[in-house]
Amino acid sequence: MKTNNLILQTATKVLVFIILLFSVYMFFAGHYEPGGGFIGGLMASGAIVLLLIAYDIKTVRKILPFNFIKVTATGLLFSAGTSAGALFFDKPLLTHWFTYVHPPLLGKMSLHTAVLFDTGVFLVVVGVTMTIIQTIGESE
Amino acid sequence: MEILMAFLIGIIFMSATYLMLSKSLLRIIVGTGLLSHGVHLLLLTMGGLKTGAAPLLGQHAEAYTDPLPQALILTAIVISFGITALFLVVAYRSYQELGTDNMELMRGKEGNE
Amino acid sequence: MNSLITLPLLIPFFTAIILIFFAKNIPVQRWIATIGSVLTIIAAISLATTVYTNGIQTMNLSNWEAPFGITLVSDMLSALLVVTTSLIAFVCLLYSFKSIGKEREKYYYYPVFFFLILGVNGAFTTGDIFNMFVFFEVMLMASYVLLVLGGMKIQLRETIKYLLVNVISSALFVIAVGYLYSIVGTLNMAHISVRLHELGQSGIVTVIAVLFLIVFGIKGAIFPLYFWLPGSYYAPPAPVMALFGALLTKVGVYSITRTYTLFFTQDVGYTHELLEILSIITIVIGVIGAIAYSDVKKIIIYNIIVAVGVILFGVATLTTEALTGSIFYLIHDMIIKAALFLLIGIMIKIAGSSNLKDMGGLIHRYPGLAWTYFIAALTLGGIPPLSGFMGKVLIVRSGFEAGNYWGAGIVLLSSLFVLFSVMKIFINGFWGEAREYSQKEKQPVKWLLTAPVILTICAVLYGLGTEAIYPIISTAAETLSNPEIYIKAVLKE
Repeated sequence: MKTNNLILQTATKVLVFIILLFSVYMFFAGHYEPGGGFIGGLMASGAIVLLLIAYDIKTVRKILPFNFIKVTATGLLFSAGTSAGALFFDKPLLTHWFTYVHPPLLGKMSLHTAVLFDTGVFLVVVGVTMTIIQTIGESE
Repeated sequence: MEILMAFLIGIIFMSATYLMLSKSLLRIIVGTGLLSHGVHLLLLTMGGLKTGAAPLLGQHAEAYTDPLPQALILTAIVISFGITALFLVVAYRSYQELGTDNMELMRGKEGNE
Repeated sequence: MNSLITLPLLIPFFTAIILIFFAKNIPVQRWIATIGSVLTIIAAISLATTVYTNGIQTMNLSNWEAPFGITLVSDMLSALLVVTTSLIAFVCLLYSFKSIGKEREKYYYYPVFFFLILGVNGAFTTGDIFNMFVFFEVMLMASYVLLVLGGMKIQLRETIKYLLVNVISSALFVIAVGYLYSIVGTLNMAHISVRLHELGQSGIVTVIAVLFLIVFGIKGAIFPLYFWLPGSYYAPPAPVMALFGALLTKVGVYSITRTYTLFFTQDVGYTHELLEILSIITIVIGVIGAIAYSDVKKIIIYNIIVAVGVILFGVATLTTEALTGSIFYLIHDMIIKAALFLLIGIMIKIAGSSNLKDMGGLIHRYPGLAWTYFIAALTLGGIPPLSGFMGKVLIVRSGFEAGNYWGAGIVLLSSLFVLFSVMKIFINGFWGEAREYSQKEKQPVKWLLTAPVILTICAVLYGLGTEAIYPIISTAAETLSNPEIYIKAVLKE
């Protein structure tokens, strides 16, 4: 069955990038304001699901040739590695570290290990959500 | 406000119980989702509803809202998200395998004699 | 600052993550799993020795001071349980190599296995009541997957029931934590204990105590809440069954022990009386089930319920001696239940059926299996030099001292019936005429047998070395009966 959803497909081509960009914004906004890895990850997987609806599972697999379970594992490795890394500095588990840097033009910025942890969360959420959706969607 | 929430939570629990007692597997899953929503609301109410400013340094407010229940709810939401997803997949698989989503028909003899 | 306490959690966690990357390469997976498991045992044992020599170990995660952040606490009881868990995990892993099947190994059996160990070790180690919920969920999530992995009809059906029961009990857990938080305003277990004792006896505390009993009772399978257990534990293959039987219910029992010694000691007349009555009925129900069935799996599964009752009877008595007995029995039961499940797994594999009527005469061709089973059965029954004895003696004696003649009498009598139920398997399964399967080729069981043999040797040593182990266990019981030790170690007052 092939339905003609030209409008959806054309709109998706633009929308996916906007949503993905917004998810990245959300991810970094989480440092000081509402947002963060979890919500960003959900939004990113929302974008991929939109792709899935507009096209089909094969096309999406061609666009994003990842094994999403491995994406999840990579995310876990990021998060667990960041939290366990504190042990090497003789600090309790999950202790984070931050500093401020002053690169030219951009002004004062903070560097925080929590971003790495959140990257892990982002990847885990994308990986898990996509695995679930693929598992249910695939068998049809 | 807390009284109102108590009634609301009660109604949610009631509906969740009703749904979970039905035969259709899908309704049961919706019921568990509803149950966890009720639990999250209860947790929020138990911590005391809005009593002050956001708990951030440098706010200089007289009173602060307790951030802990919200953190707990966030954790609980993530967990129930995962469990609901797993439950749906298991339900779907068992619908394929057993050919029914009716709990009554799903009963089997194996291991129950 | 000692990071040793985190290792029994971090090692399984990292092993699980690494295993996901090698999901399709079975030999590599096996090696990584073995190494991870051995490292966990080493970490757990060194943690236990540190706790024994230096006292309770704590770690405040993220460097937040004790009552505010999440605290990991390892006292003697949790350290011992972590050691036992790691040992059982290692043995079940060995058994899985030859029995679980390629399909399951490819579909993330080993990673999920290690997530289960992470959850169990975490639940034993954490000192924060909400964090305990989180570790419970990690453990349960892994157990759902292990239960359903393989996708046979019975597994799917039982998983749905098991999932539903546990989703409801998790919801109740969060509700109970919410109520508790609303009256004490803290989640740190030591701090909760302090606040509850300041509060004194009040009705709401008793309500929360009973709510916690319901939550942990569903996980630990005590009397009115055990209904899901015989069905769900029946479905998965032997190594998973051994893990579930040895670990999952014991996490519930541990949680009851912890909360009923640390939190709810104000209204002992009500809460502990209730626990005592329920535990006695649990024993009776378990014994009836164990005797009534002629299915080997069911017999051992009902024996889990009996053991839960015996341990909780000791906890309900709440004297140092009774608690020592309970801890003795808890560890003994974890080891020997795992061994028995693995042994009947081999029997079922040989006979092709779990019904005793289809078995018989196994001793002729499999003498090693038969005699290992015999020793394990005697150990379970608590025959004197073996390991079940000491725990039961202490529990029964303190029961009599507390004037609870009925309860202690039933505990005593139950061991006779337990022995009868497992001997029934021995007599009908190993003695007598051999059945059709004896025509078939002899199954290679040597590798499979090493796993339960290791556990049985551990159980026997645990029994013979009672004299040496006693001081360790009494340290654990000392901490349970004097919550001040625990509180001081955590809050550093």
